[in-house]
Amino acid sequence: MAVSGGKPAAGIKRGVSLYSFQEEYFLRKMTLEDCVANCAKLRAWGVESLAEQMMPGFPRLPESFYEQWHGWMAKYGTISVCHDSFLDTQRYKGRLLTDAEVLAEIERDLRHAHRIGAKVMRLTVFVKPEWLESAIPAAERYDVRMGIEVHSPWHFDHPWIMRHLEMIERTGTKHAGFVPDMGIYTKRLPRVMRDRMERLGGTPRILDYVCEAFEAGVLSEYVIFEVKKMGGNATDVAWAEQCRHNVYTNPKRLTEYMPYIFHIHAKFYEMLEEGREYSIPYDKIVAALKAGNYQGYLSSEYEGNRHIQDAFPVDSVEQVRRQHAMFERLIGG
Amino acid sequence: MFDKYMICEDTVRNVSRDGRTEGFQFGARLPYYRGLGLSMVEDVAVTVDGEKIARDQVRLTVGAKTYTLDELEKEFEAVWEMGDVATVTVLKQGGLKPGEHHLELAEQLRISYMPFPITGRDKKTIHVS
Repeated sequence: MAVSGGKPAAGIKRGVSLYSFQEEYFLRKMTLEDCVANCAKLRAWGVESLAEQMMPGFPRLPESFYEQWHGWMAKYGTISVCHDSFLDTQRYKGRLLTDAEVLAEIERDLRHAHRIGAKVMRLTVFVKPEWLESAIPAAERYDVRMGIEVHSPWHFDHPWIMRHLEMIERTGTKHAGFVPDMGIYTKRLPRVMRDRMERLGGTPRILDYVCEAFEAGVLSEYVIFEVKKMGGNATDVAWAEQCRHNVYTNPKRLTEYMPYIFHIHAKFYEMLEEGREYSIPYDKIVAALKAGNYQGYLSSEYEGNRHIQDAFPVDSVEQVRRQHAMFERLIGG
Repeated sequence: MFDKYMICEDTVRNVSRDGRTEGFQFGARLPYYRGLGLSMVEDVAVTVDGEKIARDQVRLTVGAKTYTLDELEKEFEAVWEMGDVATVTVLKQGGLKPGEHHLELAEQLRISYMPFPITGRDKKTIHVS
């Protein structure tokens, strides 16, 4: 149970993945410490970090880095909740990493997660169930729970995720589970993406048709076919193909799979001023989490910057602030 | 993503050796939200004023070390960190004449969780004094 601001936190907790500040960090407008400080300012005490993004020198970070990190956690009252690993299977041109090399990398990341004090590690969805199973002893040694990110277009009923679940149930391990990304509950295609497609030369009425068809649940293959029939250009077809990548699945799965959910990527593309996300129904998501008695973190993952940066100023800090105001309202209490 | 930040336009300058202008260089960043090991940087393609520069005339300097594009393939330690400005050097006798030039940059990255590489593209009008 996290202790923050002197109050024990029960139920759903608020956190931020520093991924959310990628635009400001990239442009060196915010340092890593600034990102941590911003979490504390929002009273979002759970900090999720990506070593390969904001910790230059990884995987050879000196002891002084970890000391400084723990110093910041004490200074700001935050705690590390999750480390996001990547796994460069294609490091060597012409061959993939061997199983032994993969395990060594996962262990390397588990060690880092342990050193920053994170109890959860995100593994990217393409990690095979066999690799995850082979890493269980290491995860137990470091007491870090490995969560496969369930990211769109994968979802809880996808055969790949079902294979992971079968392995987890067969082994009975408590150290492997899931980090679902809320992009698997995209009710309508993000407006910021649609508008960017228009700037790239998409036909407005065709782009709008795709948005309507997606929201109506029309099969993506039918949408693609229809756009071609409408005489869509390459950008129009690419937008239709986006229907294969964004998905809307049943938020009830969060309740059902609760024993396996270690952490949540609260993906968002555009927080509206009135406190709703344009595409993703967080009211349904929080209801499903409450029904399952979720005790972990909702960790903001702002990903709108890449869709607006070509034409508009990006303010990730404001976007994350709005999302946390929405979380406070939905979580209540 | 981050494509428009790839070319750092205020960094373009000619480079000389022994009094002769041998080429030009400029600052460049990765079109990606995390750092990438250099072995996974497959191409750094430069086009200036419509002329595509041959691959073997391009150099990349990350940290203290300068590489040909082919040498990157075997660099398994050094990382081009996210947001860091590396130096792209183009070997071109006479460099760039003073004035405006049209510079295009394409970086092809081998991203392990994608079945195909990603390519970021940037083009800017740059000024050489």
